[in-house]
Amino acid sequence: MDKIFLIGFLIPSLPFLAFFIIVAFTKRFKMISALISITAIFISFILSIMIVLFQIKNPAGYLKYDIPWLYIGNLKMNIGIIINSLTAIMLLVVTTVSLLVQIYSIGYMKGDEGFSKFFAFISLFSFSMLGIVIADNLMQLYIFWELVGLCSYLLIGFWYHKPEAADAAKKAFVVTRFGDFGFLIGILIISYLAGTFDILDIENFIKSGNISEKMLLLVVILLFCGAIGKSGQFPLHVWLPDAMEGPTPVSALIHAATMVAAGVFMVARLFPIFLSSPDAMLFVAYLGAFTALFSATIALTQDDIKRVLAYSTLSQLGYMMLALGSGGYVAGMFHLYTHAFFKALLFLCAGSVIHAIHSNNIWQMGGLHKKMPITSITFFIAALAISGIYPLSGFFSKDEILLSVLHSGNKLLYYSALFTAFLTAFYMFRLYFVTFSGQGKEHAHIHESPAVMTVPLIILSVFSIFSGFIGLPDKEFSIHKFLFLDHPEKGHFDFKVAMTSNIIAGLGILFAYLVYGLKVVNADMLRKKAGIIYTILKNKYYIDEIYLFFIRKIYYTLTEAIKWFDRHIVDGAVNLVAFLCRWAGGKLKLTITGKVQNYAMYIVIGVIIVILVLYVYQPDVMNIFAEVK
Amino acid sequence: MAEFISKFPILTVIYLMPLLAVISLLFINEKNHKAIKITTLLFTTISFLLSIILFLSYDFQKGGLQFVERYNWIPSIGVNYFMGVNGINVTLVLLTGIIIVTGVLASWDVNVRPKEFFMLLLTLVTGVFGVFMSYNLFLFFLFYEIAVLPMYLLIGIWGTGDKEYSAMKLTLYLLVGSAFILAGILGLYFATGLYTFDFDILEKFNYSRNFQIIFFPILFLGFGVLAALWPFHTWSPDGHASAPTAVSMLHAGVLMKLGAYGCLIIAVYLLPEGAKFWLPFVALLTIVNIVYGALGAFAQKDLKYIVAYSSVSHMGIVLLGIAAQNSTALSGSVFQMFSHGVMTGLFFGLVGMVYGRTHTRIINDMSGLAKKMPALAVFFIMTGLCSLGLPGLSGFVAEVLVFIGSFKTYPVITIICVTGIVFTAYYVLRVLQIIFYGKYDEKFEHLTDANKIEFAALFILMFFIIIFGIYPFYVMKVIHSAVLPIAQKLLMP
Repeated sequence: MDKIFLIGFLIPSLPFLAFFIIVAFTKRFKMISALISITAIFISFILSIMIVLFQIKNPAGYLKYDIPWLYIGNLKMNIGIIINSLTAIMLLVVTTVSLLVQIYSIGYMKGDEGFSKFFAFISLFSFSMLGIVIADNLMQLYIFWELVGLCSYLLIGFWYHKPEAADAAKKAFVVTRFGDFGFLIGILIISYLAGTFDILDIENFIKSGNISEKMLLLVVILLFCGAIGKSGQFPLHVWLPDAMEGPTPVSALIHAATMVAAGVFMVARLFPIFLSSPDAMLFVAYLGAFTALFSATIALTQDDIKRVLAYSTLSQLGYMMLALGSGGYVAGMFHLYTHAFFKALLFLCAGSVIHAIHSNNIWQMGGLHKKMPITSITFFIAALAISGIYPLSGFFSKDEILLSVLHSGNKLLYYSALFTAFLTAFYMFRLYFVTFSGQGKEHAHIHESPAVMTVPLIILSVFSIFSGFIGLPDKEFSIHKFLFLDHPEKGHFDFKVAMTSNIIAGLGILFAYLVYGLKVVNADMLRKKAGIIYTILKNKYYIDEIYLFFIRKIYYTLTEAIKWFDRHIVDGAVNLVAFLCRWAGGKLKLTITGKVQNYAMYIVIGVIIVILVLYVYQPDVMNIFAEVK
Repeated sequence: MAEFISKFPILTVIYLMPLLAVISLLFINEKNHKAIKITTLLFTTISFLLSIILFLSYDFQKGGLQFVERYNWIPSIGVNYFMGVNGINVTLVLLTGIIIVTGVLASWDVNVRPKEFFMLLLTLVTGVFGVFMSYNLFLFFLFYEIAVLPMYLLIGIWGTGDKEYSAMKLTLYLLVGSAFILAGILGLYFATGLYTFDFDILEKFNYSRNFQIIFFPILFLGFGVLAALWPFHTWSPDGHASAPTAVSMLHAGVLMKLGAYGCLIIAVYLLPEGAKFWLPFVALLTIVNIVYGALGAFAQKDLKYIVAYSSVSHMGIVLLGIAAQNSTALSGSVFQMFSHGVMTGLFFGLVGMVYGRTHTRIINDMSGLAKKMPALAVFFIMTGLCSLGLPGLSGFVAEVLVFIGSFKTYPVITIICVTGIVFTAYYVLRVLQIIFYGKYDEKFEHLTDANKIEFAALFILMFFIIIFGIYPFYVMKVIHSAVLPIAQKLLMP
């Protein structure tokens, strides 16, 4: 086996090893557990850099290696690894964020009863997520897809004694299962048609044209269902805001930077398959644009700092889907990459704030800038980045998305994306001004978080500023030359689009500043003016209520009906048979009287009946009696 | 070693061990509970270890029946002593070994007439072992009845709740099934005109199409009752709910598999024409099994009823795999027998342990138990995850193979059945949330976590779920070697 494969397999294996060691041996020694976990992910991080460096030499190349996992007859399932540019960039994103989040967690989770357990789960998650990244076949993708779902379940419900956390964990798992149901069926259909699970072989099969357009559309949409669930696209977005019940580092790692982006990554991994069905691509683009806008509007009205960020994540994931659906393969992945850094940063800042004041409600915060300068400044940087302000990282990736949407020629999607960008800037800076600016409430002793938490914030803010520069056009090294589908692209730059998006984002920030910073516009008055619209947004379009209605009224009734049916009809039939036997026995036993006269009478009656029957059906038999006479 | 094993009558020894234990128990004072339990454990452990050796020394490359023991017995009516194992048998013998050892460990706290309890339990296991290795239908039926009958006493005496009703219902139901099976076997016996019960001969005979179409449903229903085929499943929730822990484990763990095994190896394998005619209808019924079972489990409040309905749902997957008639689905189906056997053994073992502590099985009476019994909670959660088909645990491999295979035969039915993964996730996670998560109640202050013996039982079971979940390669080769001839027979025009 080539050395590069060894590295590829080691990257996910090390976190798994860490998980195993913590569970089996070091559960009681908190700091050792954390150290093991961090060491493992650190080595994986270094190895990922090696993979990136290896791949830079030949961006178009790919390497593939399979280990047999289950072979029966013609069916072959492998645990494999594919190393190409997409793998490399995603490995880097996952290990970097995971490493920083784990370091941060030493501070954040300090004193928690389940400290070791936390690091065990995070390691298990890193293993599973990296398993998705290296997967070269659909079955493996599905296997690790489910495993990250498990980790998400375990970590959302980390504080399982809180009923809200337990509820949210279950909700996350079941809702994403709906998507996985479609995903699995998609895999079953395409693997049946193509006779393989291997992604490259399936791509070749589709290129060979042996599949009807309608079937292809169906398969692609079914596969996309998996992404809808995992990446929280409408209508399966409801689990992500609730998932904020988990510890904040978890929200940063799993529910912002990596796992929720797995849906986007999956679409990118299967991009040639998606590309072969234009209708499906259009569906992806529209759903992405809709989710982006829809979630951004909800984010405007939420009071919980983490929930605002959660809706923002949904919105940005929609943005990535929009990019991919419009054919912007590089744009979508580029935004995934920059988003991972600034969104993780936003969550970790939020965690720092929550750590200090023990509340999620933004109206109980305010004026924190003076007390927590590092948190405030890094949050500010991240907010600028997500708003797409030049020259921060978000600008470049967002610009790339807007360009690819514009190139696809769909004006409606383009304007909706621009409007979303405006909303994004507005709600992010609403959050910033409400939390950090102003006089603030009198909190007894709030102070900046310890260095173990602020250093990761600073590192991430550096990433948030500079990571976009690989998107600069006409440079020696750019993401366009690294990550491409058929041929290296040239970076685009359109001054008009860049100006428009910056002005729009600037307007959003200005507006937020007027309302929440300077307070020259009264927020309450705005709320009253919006009236019913505000109420609808505040209640998240009542989607949760609608789903609850279906579950409570229809699903519960159905299950109760089945219970009743089983007890009374199916089992009733069984008991009826038993009852009939008993009843017949009860009646028949009366004939056993013990009196000889009765028995003689039965005999006589029997003989008469026999004779009558014979007489009717076979009169010939009667001749016997005649002869006897 | 291999040579020694090939001469050693390992099959006979495996099933005689429990019988020897019964005889040994006769000489032990009934008040000496410890001696009774240790003797039982000792003999069953030997069977268990031998079943592991058997599993590992089966040569799947060669396939076919191995370790054959064949002697004349009553030649005048075509009865011989014919024991042998193929890939399916070794897997199921291993399953039986696992379940009986852990079942004995899980009944360590049985203190009501333990001598009789263990004697009956061991008799039952003798029967189960015997069924899984006999290739003479006379012998097969004999063992089958030995396996089914002790259940009546075990539930009727050591059970809980409405135990007399449940015991009677279960026994009568299964005896009706037996009557069908007997009729079917006699049909085969006379149809060949050779008057033999020897499986090898019966298997090679070409039965007429009409005969097959009439006798297939008789045999399939007879065994199907034991495999909880809808609508003949209602004995199972009542029976499981009333049965003591070890009996539930054995019953759901291996006895239900006995039904599925009979469906596959006797009904389908001997009567392929009949199978091809009737199995599409069976596939329709399995939708009901899978979906209706999962929905039914959701509405239940009693833990044992929940697990029982979940068994109905999971046995549906076994039957769907059989109905799909190709080697992928059949392999998945047999592996699901194994996987579900171990999993449900865990489930019933855990329910028994929780019940032994809280004295309630109603889920809404419990909450936050994870705080007081973390180890039991971890095992329970992992078992739940196995049942909802989480990759890395054996249930996933089995389910996905059945779905891949059955999709080729019945795409629409398979898609409907796959919805089961959502419903299953819902009821499993709901139960976990209610009993283990949430606010911890002061009234559970005195509860303790699993003790060493319980832990050992759970660990053995979990070990197999994880090992076969992560590394299914070997076991699937073993199973596939035995499934292939069946699939080929079904393929023939």
